[in-house]
Formats: sequence, structure tokens, C-alpha cells
Amino acid sequence: MTASPTTLAQKIVARAAGRPSVAPGEIVTARVDLAMIHDSGGPRRVEPILQDLGVGLFDANKVVLISDHFVPGDTDEGARILELTRQWAAQRKVAFHDGEGICHVVLPERGHLAPGMLVVGGDSHSPTGGAFGAYMFGVGATEMAGVLATGEIWLKVPETILIEWRGRLSDGVTAKDIMLALCGRLGMDGGKYQAVEYAGEAIAALSMQERMTLSNMAAELGGQAGLIAPDGVTAAFLQDAGSDPAGWGDWQSLRTDPGAKLLEHHIFEAGDLAPQVAAPHSPANSGPVGDAPATPVDVAYLGACTGAKYQDLANAARILKGRRVASGVELLVAPASRRDQDRAARDGIMAVLEEAGAKLLPNACGICAGYGTARLGEDVTCISSTARNFKGRMGAASSKVWLGSPLTVAASAVAGRITDPRLMLAEHAGGAA
Amino acid sequence: MSADKSLSGRVFLFGDDIDTDQLAPGQYMKGGIAALAAHCLEGVRPDFAASVAPGDVVVAGRNFGMGSSREQAAEALKHLGVAGVVALSFAGIFYRNAINLGLPVLTAPSLADLTEGERVHLDLDNGRIERAGEKPALPLDPLPDNLKALLADGGLVPHLKKRFAQERQKEQGR
Ligand code: SF4
Repeated sequence: MTASPTTLAQKIVARAAGRPSVAPGEIVTARVDLAMIHDSGGPRRVEPILQDLGVGLFDANKVVLISDHFVPGDTDEGARILELTRQWAAQRKVAFHDGEGICHVVLPERGHLAPGMLVVGGDSHSPTGGAFGAYMFGVGATEMAGVLATGEIWLKVPETILIEWRGRLSDGVTAKDIMLALCGRLGMDGGKYQAVEYAGEAIAALSMQERMTLSNMAAELGGQAGLIAPDGVTAAFLQDAGSDPAGWGDWQSLRTDPGAKLLEHHIFEAGDLAPQVAAPHSPANSGPVGDAPATPVDVAYLGACTGAKYQDLANAARILKGRRVASGVELLVAPASRRDQDRAARDGIMAVLEEAGAKLLPNACGICAGYGTARLGEDVTCISSTARNFKGRMGAASSKVWLGSPLTVAASAVAGRITDPRLMLAEHAGGAA
Repeated sequence: MSADKSLSGRVFLFGDDIDTDQLAPGQYMKGGIAALAAHCLEGVRPDFAASVAPGDVVVAGRNFGMGSSREQAAEALKHLGVAGVVALSFAGIFYRNAINLGLPVLTAPSLADLTEGERVHLDLDNGRIERAGEKPALPLDPLPDNLKALLADGGLVPHLKKRFAQERQKEQGR
């Protein structure tokens, strides 16, 4: 008898729950392969609970701590939290990446992830790990403390919402545009706290970092996870990051079988998609940038796990090469990781950004988290490559944040108002010296 | 006026997509839970923290608690004595956080004609909202058994304490 077709999510959850198969809707207890925490929701919140419970870590080798929210510690509070974070890392003997970048980018970059893993993260954008074929989702601090104490977590086996993008994206259109369009069309609860899975020719053609943007923003769709079946692109990235394929098991079978039961199946034509922007104060307020009013901007922000990886910086540089930021506009760049920044520097990308007038910020959450000193002031209008533009998140309640791709952010910085990046790409192609 | 003790709660009605920044505004995170709770939901309803009383029920539309994983969003409501949140749907992380902190969260197939300020009682045992007068109780979706157990213990921490104590006892009994 052949097994009935199942989804990628079911396969991962079944293995982690020690079961031959699981059905959507069932409640299971799963073993956690890895737990990721950061300085904000991590040690300062979980340690008091562990103390209260009177237990230690289930397995220090399966815990990764990354400082990013309060880096660089430019307030008294931030400095104190970072100090506590560092002490805890030493005390509890866990892998610790301090000031090396944003957790969702550093985790895979340092080889901690592998296809088929069940991973819990103490942050809402934890679905990012799904880009590598890991079932990764976010939890709050109390639940994280429970995971750290027991190595277990309960799950309602998810249904799968398959989002297929056929054809190819046209030049100037990126993963970020896909996600803003999806937030607009499906809504911020379109993921129904189930497993969102991305597939199709346009997805397969994306680089690993572009795929990470898709999985990351499964959070904005309200999905529990944002999965992409691992392929050669995944394997190459992870091997490069130092992960050994010998430990990945039968990773090539990690895909949704044809005929597996889906909750929803959406099909989109990639070639039809234009660059998108989302108006304040919701990622779901999205539409083609060409339809948006040419709103003047004060700040252009290239930052966050979803919008300042190497690939994002490289995209922005395509626009910024040989151009300058409009007068009166501040272009702020917070590369998502030190490694990505170093690579961008080697490739001349950082120089292009700086020559265009960009101001460099630390490899951290920065303005996206709204902590520390870097915050948007009263009435500031910002075009941002981040994932969320909720009211007041990045600074003053009167600030207005538009979301766009790194290309759109760069183009808007140059024009001084929200602009379709394809116009500038065409100009470049049209061949000025 | 009903003097019925069991209907001491009132309904506080909210719309869709109430996010975690509304429940636990970032700029007040430093001050501890009491200070944070004082600003809970003030963006949509400035008098909420001042007027809500123990036993009251927050009733909302879709995707309640969307946004960040910060559990102060649920903690603030609990701190104010809210008996529970009933919504058409919840954002997943908020839902888990609430249960883990011992704040009852229940989905309802429909909110019927519940009105602002209406006298109610959140009946967890029977999974319904009892209403004053002749109005029939509003049925809520049943909670899975594991979540009922978590809530009955008062949240994840007391639940784990109980479990660890039982495990220790077993070991000693051996
Ligand atoms: S960069 Fe922004 S979205 Fe990403 S982890 Fe940091 S605060 Fe969250």
C-alpha cells in the first residue's frame, strides 16, 4: 500500500512528533531540533521563568542566542540588556552571535539550519527559516521558556495554503513586491495560522535571500510557517554556510506530494506583477507603486531582516550607482548582517551606497524595532524596506511609513518622492556613460 | 437592572486587526506591566484601562492580537482583570501567549448581536457567553483538551511546575 500524499508541513511535523504520519487539525507534541532567541525576548525574560521552574536548558547545543534588537546599546536600558544577554550566553554555554546581525539572517548564514528541522524562534518573523525547508515558527517568552525547559512544544498540525507563482518576475520586481501584493490580496489573516507554502517557477528562480523575504513575511500573512521545498539553491547556500548535508536526512523528499490535500491553492502570474508599495499603516494597504501618489519622503530606510540582506543591498545599488539621494532626504542603511555587509563591501556595493549619500547604521534591527535612539521623529514620512508599518512602530505615532522593495526605496530616495524603480533601471539601461 | 452576581461582566467591543502595538504600546514597555496596562488599547479607546473591571470580556472581530510576539499584549489584558477575549479569529502567536499566561481566549462562530456594555458572564466550563435577560447564551468554539488543561492550571508555568513535581514524585516512588 502506498502512503497517501501529504504536505511538506505534515512530513516535518510527523517526524518531529515521532509519528509515521499526522493529519491536519490533530494536536501533537513535537521535539524541537533548535530554539533561537534574541536579546529582547530572550535571556531577560526566559531566565526568571527557568529559575521559577527550577530547571536548566533541555540541551544547550540546540539553543542559539543572537543579539540584534538592542544593538548597539545606545541607551542605558539597551546597554544593560545587552550586558545581561552576554552574561547569560557565557553562563548557559549556548552558541551566541553578538552584534553580527539580525537573528533571522544570522541563523542560516552561520549554518544552524537544515531542511526538515522543527525550529522554534522567540520572534514573530521566525517563519523565515521556512525558506530552508525547516518548519520554523515564533513564540512568546513564556512558551520559549517552556521549550528551553522541556525541548518540546505542542502543535496543531497545520493545513497548507499553497501559493503558486507561475512564469517569471520581470526586471525590477522582487520577492518584497510579491509579499506586499499577497498581503493586499489575501489580507493579514490570509495565512489563517496555517502553513503557507510558496511554489512555482518564479519561486524556484529566486535566490536564497529572496526566498527568505517570502518566508519572513508569511508572518504578515498570519501564517504559522512560510515554507519553500528545499532544492539545489537551498543546498548550495547551506553548504556554503557550513551545514553538512550528511545531517539533513532524506531532504529531497521534503516536498508537498501531488494530490496532497490543501486548504487553499492560489495561483498568480509573476509576469503581471508590478513593484508594490504599502501605504501607512498596514502592509495590506498595498498596490502598484505607479498607482500610489508621488508622496514626498523625508527618510528612506534600507533595513531589517526582510530588506537589507546582501541581495537587497545589491538591488539598491543597481539604482544608486552614479546617482545621489535627493536633497533633504536621508537614506539610512542598516545591513542585515556583518557578513552581508562585508560581502557587499568587497563587491563595491557599499561604496556605491555611500557615494550616493547613504548613512550607515549598525547591523541590527535599528529603526525597524523602534528601540534605542534611532527612531522616526514627529510627522516624518519614510519609505522603508521593512516588513511592517503599523502606526508608531518605528517612532512617533505621527510618522508615516510606506513599505517597498529595496529597489523602490532606493529609487524614492533619489527622486525624493515615492517612485517606480523601473523608470530608473530603464534610464541606466538606456546607457548613460 | 439585573443584580445577578454571575452577570457582573460587561462587553467591550472592538473591530478587526487589533495589533500588539495597540495592546502593549512599544513606548511604555519599559515601565513594567502596570504602567503598560494603563495604556492598553488607548489608541482605539482612550478610556479602556480606566473603565475596564475584573470580569469584563473583550469581544473583537478578526485577527485579534496580530503583530509581534510580545506577550505583554496578553499580559496587559490579564493585569486589568479581563475575564477573557472572545473574537472571530486570533493571530496565532497572541493566542498561544494568552493561553500560556492563563488568559482565556475563545473563538466564536459569530458575535451575534452582542452590544457594547452589555452584561455578560464568560462561562468557560460550558464554552459560552451568558447574557442578561431573555437573550440566549452565545455559543463559543470548544477549546482543545490540552489547552483546557493549560488554562485550568493557570497557564504554562504552573502547568509545568505541576508536571515536574509529578515526575519527581514518580522517580522517588521508584
Ligand atoms: S529587523 Fe525588524 S522585523 Fe526583523 S527581527 Fe528585527 S525588529 Fe523584527
